[in-house]
Amino acid sequence: MITLEMQLDGASFETAGEASSRVKKVLQQIGVPGDVTRRVAIAAYEAEMNVIIHARRGIMTALIYPDRTELTVADEGPGIADISLAMQEGYSTAPDSVREMGFGAGMGLPNMARCSDEFDIETVIGEGTKIRMTIYHEKRP
Amino acid sequence: MKLIDVQKILRAEVLCGGEYLTRDVEVACGADLMSDVLAFTKEKALLLTGLTNIQVIRTAEMSDLVGIVFVRGKRPGPEVLQLAAAKGIPLLLSDYPMYESCGILYRVGLKGCSEKVTACEV
Repeated sequence: MITLEMQLDGASFETAGEASSRVKKVLQQIGVPGDVTRRVAIAAYEAEMNVIIHARRGIMTALIYPDRTELTVADEGPGIADISLAMQEGYSTAPDSVREMGFGAGMGLPNMARCSDEFDIETVIGEGTKIRMTIYHEKRP
Repeated sequence: MKLIDVQKILRAEVLCGGEYLTRDVEVACGADLMSDVLAFTKEKALLLTGLTNIQVIRTAEMSDLVGIVFVRGKRPGPEVLQLAAAKGIPLLLSDYPMYESCGILYRVGLKGCSEKVTACEV
């Protein structure tokens, strides 16, 4: 198993994506199929952007097993008031400045769920959010 | 269709990644919303966009896009070019605006991401 742990800093838009890029690179190096690697990268990047946009800081952990990748992104931030609302495509609490960058359209969480085989959110208002995603390395039919 | 065909058709300047212009382009999408690109594009897709920030390059990297066309003459900054070069993502710059760029490519057979990929000849 390979473990990657990366610090994420809120509002650091210049470096946003570096953690997900690292995960993607390792998966490519160990020969995980391209479409699976792509799903992991997109799920990780959406989660990373959420931390950059909404939270003060966070940690992305990737546990890469031979048959699956487990991603955990835990942040110190405002938490999510209504998870079912946040899971709806188009619902967003992101500010206009983030929308101007091409994000904050309310696609992040639904897209993470779509890319993952297992998806789970825990959130505490005023404390933070933890997202866990598992993606199996076998290609989807 | 290959990237070099896209470059010729859109009379585009090659900003970086000239060595990748023989890559196949199977589908394309026009978007300024990176969330939509992450959610709905397919592999080997070409992105046409009016956004020039660094997240466009990250989005292309994560989504395995074949290349990016910046429309309406919008030129990205040096840090964007640097990251694209490092990630092997070719960047083109066209003076055509978004609607026309997409329309021109669609007319010569380059399909959108919601459609079945078919062989297209220039």
